[in-house]
Amino acid sequence: MRPEEGVMQSRAQAMSALFAVMTDQPVIVCNGFPSREAFKLHDRPANFYMIGSMGVAAAIGLGVALAKPDRHVVVFDGDGNVLMGMGTLATVGALKPRNFIHVVFDNEVYGSTGNQLTYSRWVRLDQVAKAAGYVNVERVREREDLVYEFKEMLMKDGPSFLLIKINEQIEEADRVSLTPEAIARRFKHALA
Amino acid sequence: MIDSDDFVQALQTIGIDFFTGVPDTILAGIIVALEERRLYTPSVREDEAVALAAGAYLGGKIPAVLMQNSGLGNALNVLMSLHLIYRIPTILVISWRGFEGKDAPEHVVMGQTMTTLLETVKIPYRAVTSQTVGEDLNWTARTFMEQRIPVALLLKKGVVKTLQP
Repeated sequence: MRPEEGVMQSRAQAMSALFAVMTDQPVIVCNGFPSREAFKLHDRPANFYMIGSMGVAAAIGLGVALAKPDRHVVVFDGDGNVLMGMGTLATVGALKPRNFIHVVFDNEVYGSTGNQLTYSRWVRLDQVAKAAGYVNVERVREREDLVYEFKEMLMKDGPSFLLIKINEQIEEADRVSLTPEAIARRFKHALA
Repeated sequence: MIDSDDFVQALQTIGIDFFTGVPDTILAGIIVALEERRLYTPSVREDEAVALAAGAYLGGKIPAVLMQNSGLGNALNVLMSLHLIYRIPTILVISWRGFEGKDAPEHVVMGQTMTTLLETVKIPYRAVTSQTVGEDLNWTARTFMEQRIPVALLLKKGVVKTLQP
Protein backbone atom coordinates (compact mmCIF):
# COMPACT_ATOMS: atom_id res chain seq x y z
CA MET A 1 0.00 0.00 0.00
CA ARG A 2 1.30 3.44 -0.88
CA PRO A 3 1.68 5.83 2.07
CA GLU A 4 -1.12 8.04 0.86
CA GLU A 5 -3.70 5.31 0.47
CA GLY A 6 -6.30 4.63 3.09
CA VAL A 7 -7.28 8.20 3.91
CA MET A 8 -8.03 9.25 0.40
CA GLN A 9 -11.46 10.26 -0.82
CA SER A 10 -13.15 9.60 -4.11
CA ARG A 11 -13.19 12.40 -6.68
CA ALA A 12 -16.95 12.74 -6.21
CA GLN A 13 -16.50 13.31 -2.47
CA ALA A 14 -13.72 15.83 -2.99
CA MET A 15 -15.67 17.58 -5.74
CA SER A 16 -18.79 17.86 -3.57
CA ALA A 17 -16.75 19.40 -0.76
CA LEU A 18 -15.43 22.05 -3.17
CA PHE A 19 -18.82 22.81 -4.70
CA ALA A 20 -20.19 23.28 -1.18
CA VAL A 21 -17.90 26.26 -0.54
CA MET A 22 -18.33 27.93 -3.94
CA THR A 23 -20.87 30.58 -4.85
CA ASP A 24 -21.15 31.56 -8.50
CA GLN A 25 -17.54 31.01 -9.61
CA PRO A 26 -17.26 29.58 -13.13
CA VAL A 27 -15.90 26.02 -13.18
CA ILE A 28 -14.40 24.31 -16.21
CA VAL A 29 -14.47 20.53 -15.76
CA CYS A 30 -12.17 18.24 -17.75
CA ASN A 31 -13.44 15.42 -19.95
CA GLY A 32 -14.35 11.88 -18.95
CA PHE A 33 -15.84 10.96 -15.60
CA PRO A 34 -15.00 14.27 -13.88
CA SER A 35 -17.52 16.04 -16.15
CA ARG A 36 -20.08 13.26 -15.75
CA GLU A 37 -19.74 13.33 -11.97
CA ALA A 38 -19.94 17.12 -11.72
CA PHE A 39 -23.02 17.10 -13.93
CA LYS A 40 -24.71 14.46 -11.82
CA LEU A 41 -23.73 15.82 -8.39
CA HIS A 42 -23.75 19.56 -8.82
CA ASP A 43 -24.98 20.80 -12.17
CA ARG A 44 -25.15 24.59 -12.37
CA PRO A 45 -25.12 27.11 -15.25
CA ALA A 46 -21.60 28.27 -14.37
CA ASN A 47 -20.22 24.75 -15.02
CA PHE A 48 -18.56 24.16 -18.37
CA TYR A 49 -18.30 20.46 -19.18
CA MET A 50 -15.45 19.77 -21.60
CA ILE A 51 -16.59 16.51 -23.14
CA GLY A 52 -13.76 16.06 -25.67
CA SER A 53 -10.49 17.91 -26.39
CA MET A 54 -8.55 16.16 -23.64
CA GLY A 55 -5.65 18.16 -22.24
CA VAL A 56 -6.99 21.67 -22.66
CA ALA A 57 -9.32 22.22 -19.68
CA ALA A 58 -6.75 24.52 -18.06
CA ALA A 59 -6.29 26.45 -21.31
CA ILE A 60 -10.05 27.02 -21.60
CA GLY A 61 -10.13 28.14 -17.96
CA LEU A 62 -7.16 30.43 -18.55
CA GLY A 63 -8.98 32.04 -21.48
CA VAL A 64 -12.03 32.64 -19.29
CA ALA A 65 -9.81 34.03 -16.50
CA LEU A 66 -8.10 36.46 -18.89
CA ALA A 67 -11.45 37.60 -20.30
CA LYS A 68 -13.00 37.99 -16.83
CA PRO A 69 -10.18 39.32 -14.63
CA ASP A 70 -12.53 40.31 -11.81
CA ARG A 71 -13.87 36.80 -11.15
CA HIS A 72 -12.15 33.77 -9.75
CA VAL A 73 -12.18 31.01 -12.36
CA VAL A 74 -11.83 27.40 -11.24
CA VAL A 75 -10.63 24.44 -13.33
CA PHE A 76 -11.41 20.88 -12.24
CA ASP A 77 -8.67 18.91 -13.92
CA GLY A 78 -7.19 15.43 -13.76
CA ASP A 79 -3.64 14.10 -13.74
CA GLY A 80 -3.99 12.60 -17.23
CA ASN A 81 -5.28 15.90 -18.58
CA VAL A 82 -2.49 17.92 -16.96
CA LEU A 83 0.16 15.57 -18.32
CA MET A 84 -1.32 15.89 -21.82
CA GLY A 85 -1.32 19.69 -21.73
CA MET A 86 1.60 20.29 -19.41
CA GLY A 87 2.82 23.26 -21.46
CA THR A 88 -0.18 25.18 -20.18
CA LEU A 89 1.34 25.14 -16.68
CA ALA A 90 4.12 27.31 -18.16
CA THR A 91 1.62 29.65 -19.81
CA VAL A 92 -0.23 30.08 -16.50
CA GLY A 93 3.02 30.46 -14.55
CA ALA A 94 4.29 33.13 -16.94
CA LEU A 95 1.05 35.11 -17.29
CA LYS A 96 0.21 34.80 -13.57
CA PRO A 97 -3.53 35.47 -13.72
CA ARG A 98 -4.48 36.34 -10.15
CA ASN A 99 -7.98 34.91 -10.54
CA PHE A 100 -7.04 31.42 -11.74
CA ILE A 101 -7.50 28.36 -9.50
CA HIS A 102 -6.34 25.04 -10.92
CA VAL A 103 -7.68 22.04 -9.00
CA VAL A 104 -6.23 18.67 -10.01
CA PHE A 105 -7.91 15.46 -8.86
CA ASP A 106 -4.96 13.08 -8.97
CA ASN A 107 -5.78 9.36 -8.94
CA GLU A 108 -2.64 8.36 -10.88
CA VAL A 109 -4.70 6.58 -13.53
CA TYR A 110 -6.65 7.17 -16.71
CA GLY A 111 -9.82 6.33 -14.82
CA SER A 112 -12.30 6.83 -17.64
CA THR A 113 -10.63 4.25 -19.88
CA GLY A 114 -9.76 1.37 -17.56
CA ASN A 115 -7.31 2.63 -14.92
CA GLN A 116 -4.13 2.55 -16.98
CA LEU A 117 -1.35 4.18 -14.94
CA THR A 118 -0.38 7.79 -15.59
CA TYR A 119 3.07 9.19 -14.82
CA SER A 120 1.75 11.24 -11.90
CA ARG A 121 2.68 8.33 -9.64
CA TRP A 122 6.31 9.26 -10.32
CA VAL A 123 6.11 12.90 -11.36
CA ARG A 124 4.93 15.38 -8.74
CA LEU A 125 2.58 17.65 -10.67
CA ASP A 126 2.41 20.10 -7.75
CA GLN A 127 6.19 20.53 -7.98
CA VAL A 128 5.93 21.06 -11.72
CA ALA A 129 3.32 23.77 -11.11
CA LYS A 130 5.52 25.35 -8.46
CA ALA A 131 8.50 25.38 -10.81
CA ALA A 132 6.34 26.82 -13.57
CA GLY A 133 5.48 29.80 -11.40
CA TYR A 134 2.10 29.19 -9.78
CA VAL A 135 1.96 31.42 -6.71
CA ASN A 136 0.04 29.19 -4.28
CA VAL A 137 0.61 25.44 -4.55
CA GLU A 138 -0.86 22.89 -2.15
CA ARG A 139 -1.03 19.11 -2.15
CA VAL A 140 -3.76 17.61 0.04
CA ARG A 141 -5.68 14.40 0.54
CA GLU A 142 -8.04 14.87 3.46
CA ARG A 143 -11.38 16.59 3.30
CA GLU A 144 -10.73 19.23 5.92
CA ASP A 145 -7.41 20.16 4.29
CA LEU A 146 -8.82 20.51 0.81
CA VAL A 147 -11.73 22.61 2.04
CA TYR A 148 -9.38 24.84 4.05
CA GLU A 149 -6.90 25.34 1.20
CA PHE A 150 -9.60 25.88 -1.41
CA LYS A 151 -11.32 28.53 0.72
CA GLU A 152 -7.96 30.29 1.08
CA MET A 153 -7.41 30.19 -2.67
CA LEU A 154 -10.84 31.70 -3.30
CA MET A 155 -9.70 34.72 -1.28
CA LYS A 156 -6.06 34.97 -2.34
CA ASP A 157 -4.34 36.24 -5.45
CA GLY A 158 -3.21 33.36 -7.64
CA PRO A 159 -2.55 31.60 -9.81
CA SER A 160 -3.22 28.74 -7.42
CA PHE A 161 -2.74 25.01 -7.83
CA LEU A 162 -4.54 22.56 -5.56
CA LEU A 163 -3.55 18.95 -6.07
CA ILE A 164 -5.92 16.54 -4.36
CA LYS A 165 -4.82 12.93 -4.09
CA ILE A 166 -7.94 10.83 -4.59
CA ASN A 167 -8.68 7.14 -4.86
CA GLU A 168 -9.71 5.42 -8.08
CA GLN A 169 -13.39 5.12 -7.24
CA ILE A 170 -15.74 6.37 -9.93
CA GLU A 171 -19.25 7.59 -9.26
CA GLU A 172 -21.88 5.91 -11.41
CA ALA A 173 -22.80 8.75 -13.73
CA ASP A 174 -24.21 8.92 -17.23
CA ARG A 175 -22.83 11.10 -19.98
CA VAL A 176 -23.65 14.79 -19.75
CA SER A 177 -27.10 14.99 -21.31
CA LEU A 178 -26.88 18.65 -22.36
CA THR A 179 -25.82 19.27 -25.96
CA PRO A 180 -22.39 20.88 -26.30
CA GLU A 181 -24.09 23.94 -27.78
CA ALA A 182 -26.36 24.22 -24.74
CA ILE A 183 -23.38 23.85 -22.36
CA ALA A 184 -21.58 26.73 -24.09
CA ARG A 185 -24.63 28.98 -24.35
CA ARG A 186 -25.61 28.48 -20.72
CA PHE A 187 -22.07 28.99 -19.42
CA LYS A 188 -21.51 32.14 -21.50
CA HIS A 189 -24.81 33.54 -20.30
CA ALA A 190 -23.97 32.75 -16.65
CA LEU A 191 -20.76 34.76 -17.00
CA ALA A 192 -22.24 37.74 -18.81
CA MET B 1 1.80 44.29 -49.60
CA ILE B 2 -0.46 44.91 -46.60
CA ASP B 3 1.09 46.79 -43.70
CA SER B 4 1.05 44.57 -40.60
CA ASP B 5 -0.36 47.29 -38.38
CA ASP B 6 -3.12 47.98 -40.93
CA PHE B 7 -3.95 44.27 -40.92
CA VAL B 8 -4.21 44.25 -37.12
CA GLN B 9 -6.38 47.36 -37.26
CA ALA B 10 -8.65 45.65 -39.78
CA LEU B 11 -9.01 42.63 -37.48
CA GLN B 12 -9.89 44.93 -34.59
CA THR B 13 -12.39 46.75 -36.76
CA ILE B 14 -14.37 43.56 -37.33
CA GLY B 15 -14.54 43.15 -33.55
CA ILE B 16 -11.63 40.92 -32.59
CA ASP B 17 -10.38 41.83 -29.13
CA PHE B 18 -8.41 38.77 -28.00
CA PHE B 19 -5.31 37.50 -29.81
CA THR B 20 -3.18 34.49 -29.06
CA GLY B 21 -1.06 32.10 -31.09
CA VAL B 22 2.29 30.54 -31.82
CA PRO B 23 4.75 32.47 -34.05
CA ASP B 24 5.81 31.95 -37.65
CA THR B 25 8.11 34.10 -39.79
CA ILE B 26 5.18 35.05 -42.06
CA LEU B 27 3.27 36.21 -38.95
CA ALA B 28 6.16 37.98 -37.19
CA GLY B 29 5.19 41.49 -38.33
CA ILE B 30 1.60 40.99 -37.20
CA ILE B 31 2.75 39.77 -33.79
CA VAL B 32 4.98 42.85 -33.36
CA ALA B 33 2.01 45.09 -34.23
CA LEU B 34 -0.19 43.20 -31.75
CA GLU B 35 2.44 43.47 -29.02
CA GLU B 36 2.77 47.20 -29.63
CA ARG B 37 -0.96 47.45 -29.06
CA ARG B 38 -0.64 45.18 -26.00
CA LEU B 39 -3.15 42.76 -27.44
CA TYR B 40 -1.19 39.54 -27.74
CA THR B 41 -1.12 36.60 -25.31
CA PRO B 42 1.45 34.00 -26.45
CA SER B 43 0.58 30.29 -26.30
CA VAL B 44 2.99 27.36 -26.21
CA ARG B 45 1.09 25.06 -28.58
CA GLU B 46 -1.65 25.58 -31.13
CA ASP B 47 -4.13 23.29 -29.37
CA GLU B 48 -3.61 25.36 -26.24
CA ALA B 49 -4.03 28.54 -28.30
CA VAL B 50 -7.41 27.57 -29.75
CA ALA B 51 -8.60 26.41 -26.31
CA LEU B 52 -7.48 29.72 -24.79
CA ALA B 53 -9.45 31.45 -27.54
CA ALA B 54 -12.51 29.31 -26.74
CA GLY B 55 -12.31 30.30 -23.07
CA ALA B 56 -11.95 33.97 -24.00
CA TYR B 57 -15.03 33.69 -26.23
CA LEU B 58 -17.04 32.14 -23.38
CA GLY B 59 -15.87 35.07 -21.24
CA GLY B 60 -17.21 37.59 -23.75
CA LYS B 61 -14.30 38.21 -26.13
CA ILE B 62 -14.06 37.72 -29.88
CA PRO B 63 -10.86 35.75 -30.37
CA ALA B 64 -8.28 35.19 -33.08
CA VAL B 65 -5.46 32.64 -33.15
CA LEU B 66 -2.28 33.03 -35.17
CA MET B 67 -0.42 29.92 -36.24
CA GLN B 68 1.79 28.32 -38.85
CA ASN B 69 -0.12 25.69 -40.82
CA SER B 70 1.94 22.91 -39.17
CA GLY B 71 0.15 24.02 -36.00
CA LEU B 72 -3.18 23.29 -37.62
CA GLY B 73 -2.26 19.64 -37.16
CA ASN B 74 -1.80 20.23 -33.44
CA ALA B 75 -5.05 22.17 -33.15
CA LEU B 76 -7.35 19.94 -35.21
CA ASN B 77 -8.65 17.71 -32.42
CA VAL B 78 -9.59 20.68 -30.26
CA LEU B 79 -11.22 22.43 -33.19
CA MET B 80 -13.24 19.29 -33.94
CA SER B 81 -14.20 18.21 -30.42
CA LEU B 82 -14.57 21.68 -28.87
CA HIS B 83 -15.20 24.60 -31.25
CA LEU B 84 -17.15 22.83 -33.96
CA ILE B 85 -19.53 20.97 -31.63
CA TYR B 86 -19.98 23.71 -29.00
CA ARG B 87 -20.22 26.29 -31.81
CA ILE B 88 -17.45 28.55 -30.64
CA PRO B 89 -16.40 31.12 -33.24
CA THR B 90 -12.67 31.75 -33.55
CA ILE B 91 -10.72 33.39 -36.34
CA LEU B 92 -7.69 31.38 -37.36
CA VAL B 93 -4.94 33.38 -39.05
CA ILE B 94 -2.83 30.64 -40.59
CA SER B 95 0.43 31.15 -42.46
CA TRP B 96 0.55 29.05 -45.60
CA ARG B 97 3.98 27.48 -45.46
CA GLY B 98 4.77 25.07 -48.27
CA PHE B 99 2.53 26.86 -50.78
CA GLU B 100 3.04 25.22 -54.19
CA GLY B 101 5.78 23.08 -52.64
CA LYS B 102 8.25 25.97 -52.51
CA ASP B 103 9.47 25.69 -48.93
CA ALA B 104 11.53 23.48 -46.61
CA PRO B 105 10.67 19.77 -46.82
CA GLU B 106 8.80 19.71 -43.50
CA HIS B 107 6.22 22.13 -44.91
CA VAL B 108 5.51 20.43 -48.20
CA VAL B 109 2.82 17.92 -47.18
CA MET B 110 0.83 20.35 -45.04
CA GLY B 111 1.27 23.04 -47.69
CA GLN B 112 -0.39 20.77 -50.23
CA THR B 113 -3.13 19.31 -48.02
CA MET B 114 -4.15 22.16 -45.72
CA THR B 115 -7.13 23.34 -47.75
CA THR B 116 -8.39 19.78 -48.16
CA LEU B 117 -8.08 19.29 -44.40
CA LEU B 118 -10.06 22.46 -43.72
CA GLU B 119 -12.75 21.41 -46.22
CA THR B 120 -12.94 17.94 -44.67
CA VAL B 121 -13.60 19.31 -41.19
CA LYS B 122 -15.85 22.04 -42.62
CA ILE B 123 -13.89 25.07 -41.53
CA PRO B 124 -14.49 27.83 -44.11
CA TYR B 125 -11.34 29.59 -45.32
CA ARG B 126 -10.04 32.29 -47.61
CA ALA B 127 -6.56 33.11 -48.80
CA VAL B 128 -6.05 36.82 -48.16
CA THR B 129 -4.68 39.02 -50.96
CA SER B 130 -3.74 42.68 -50.76
CA GLN B 131 -6.39 43.47 -53.38
CA THR B 132 -9.22 41.73 -51.54
CA VAL B 133 -8.29 42.13 -47.86
CA GLY B 134 -11.30 44.33 -46.99
CA GLU B 135 -13.71 41.93 -48.62
CA ASP B 136 -11.92 38.93 -47.04
CA LEU B 137 -12.35 40.37 -43.55
CA ASN B 138 -15.99 41.28 -44.13
CA TRP B 139 -16.61 37.73 -45.27
CA THR B 140 -14.83 36.47 -42.13
CA ALA B 141 -16.94 38.61 -39.80
CA ARG B 142 -20.14 37.57 -41.55
CA THR B 143 -19.35 33.87 -41.66
CA PHE B 144 -18.21 33.38 -38.09
CA MET B 145 -21.00 35.50 -36.62
CA GLU B 146 -23.68 33.66 -38.57
CA GLN B 147 -22.33 30.13 -38.22
CA ARG B 148 -20.49 30.49 -34.90
CA ILE B 149 -17.63 28.24 -35.96
CA PRO B 150 -13.91 28.71 -36.63
CA VAL B 151 -13.07 30.53 -39.85
CA ALA B 152 -9.59 30.52 -41.38
CA LEU B 153 -7.70 33.33 -43.09
CA LEU B 154 -4.71 31.93 -44.95
CA LEU B 155 -1.64 34.11 -45.38
CA LYS B 156 0.88 33.28 -48.06
CA LYS B 157 4.38 34.67 -47.86
CA GLY B 158 4.56 38.33 -48.90
CA VAL B 159 0.89 39.26 -48.47
CA VAL B 160 1.30 40.99 -45.11
CA LYS B 161 4.55 42.80 -44.39
CA THR B 162 6.76 40.92 -41.96
CA LEU B 163 10.10 41.56 -40.26
CA GLN B 164 13.27 41.84 -42.33
CA PRO B 165 15.24 38.60 -42.12
